[in-house]
Amino acid sequence: MSIEIEGKSYETDEEGYLANLSDWSHELAEAMARMDGCDLTDNHWEVVNFLREYYEEYQIAPAVRVLTKAIGKRLGKDKGNSKYLYELFPYGPAKQACKYAGLPKPTGCV
Amino acid sequence: MSEPDSQAGGTVKKFLYINRRAPHGSNYAQEGLEVALIGAAFDQDVAMAFLDDGVFQLKSNQDTAEIGTKNFSATYRALGDYDVKKVYVERESLESRGIGEDELMPLVYEDEDDDWEEKPLISVVDEAELREIIDQADVILNF
Amino acid sequence: MSAILHTVNKSPFEKNSLATCLRLSLPGSHILLIEDGVYAAIRGGSMSDDLKRAMSDRTVSVLGPDLRARGITEDGLVDGVGVVGYDGFVHLAAESSKVQSWM
Repeated sequence: MSIEIEGKSYETDEEGYLANLSDWSHELAEAMARMDGCDLTDNHWEVVNFLREYYEEYQIAPAVRVLTKAIGKRLGKDKGNSKYLYELFPYGPAKQACKYAGLPKPTGCV
Repeated sequence: MSEPDSQAGGTVKKFLYINRRAPHGSNYAQEGLEVALIGAAFDQDVAMAFLDDGVFQLKSNQDTAEIGTKNFSATYRALGDYDVKKVYVERESLESRGIGEDELMPLVYEDEDDDWEEKPLISVVDEAELREIIDQADVILNF
Repeated sequence: MSAILHTVNKSPFEKNSLATCLRLSLPGSHILLIEDGVYAAIRGGSMSDDLKRAMSDRTVSVLGPDLRARGITEDGLVDGVGVVGYDGFVHLAAESSKVQSWM
């Protein structure tokens, strides 16, 4: 599978996760979100950027419970809860946000 | 698998992951770590024991840039985020390999209920303590 | 020009590849520890004395990239053990009559 934007093609796995981390760009994240019918707001970007930093540091995409707790620590308890995160990413915060962040599917996700 | 699976009511079993392999010569270490994290994400009670060449997995300052593999040693630092709070390292294995306790990665977990205070994750245990730890696990997985 | 280059890529704590290499290598030969073989060269480890004995008539070195991947510093090695890069490995191999890999 692959995603096409502006005439360029990017390889993905069968669920739409980027095959190569280094292919990622803001434009690509926005294109992937649009395909899911989702417009990325600042609140979305906060989570996406957080995930990219988390991966950079730990070489792993966190499971949803871990993400929720870590967001709570970083951005406050009003954002570190599943209600807030599921509203932003209805397909599952870790799964969906990791996809837009260009990361593999989270470890501990099935 | 030492117990029947017929426990209703969500009894949490104690899982012990025994890691005995060096990190970069084979995939065992990386896969063991991933399986332990997945288990922890599903709220298992997860403990990890590092012995024999497994103690090398926790050596600080691993840098795989030149050998062109993923530096998954960074991922051990996520164990605390996954609520793994028991990481045992066998003293005898460290000693015979010339590795000091202070040469292990300083793994910590942040205690949510204590203003995110960082607390150490690793306990160096001797053979006798490790025997008890193994004895008390409900399920043991080997990597 | 005629000596053999012996390489060992297994941890001495898991396999006897290094022990066999030390038994069966001739004086004047070169022993290069690579991959998990580099763990043998940690100062204070239980292979230290065997390596020191071997270095009375053979040379021993380790591959730097494999050392750094495992978080071992050069100043933490058994005294007398040298460190080479990939270029040094190639050089050693080219200078030797043949390469024996103890796996």
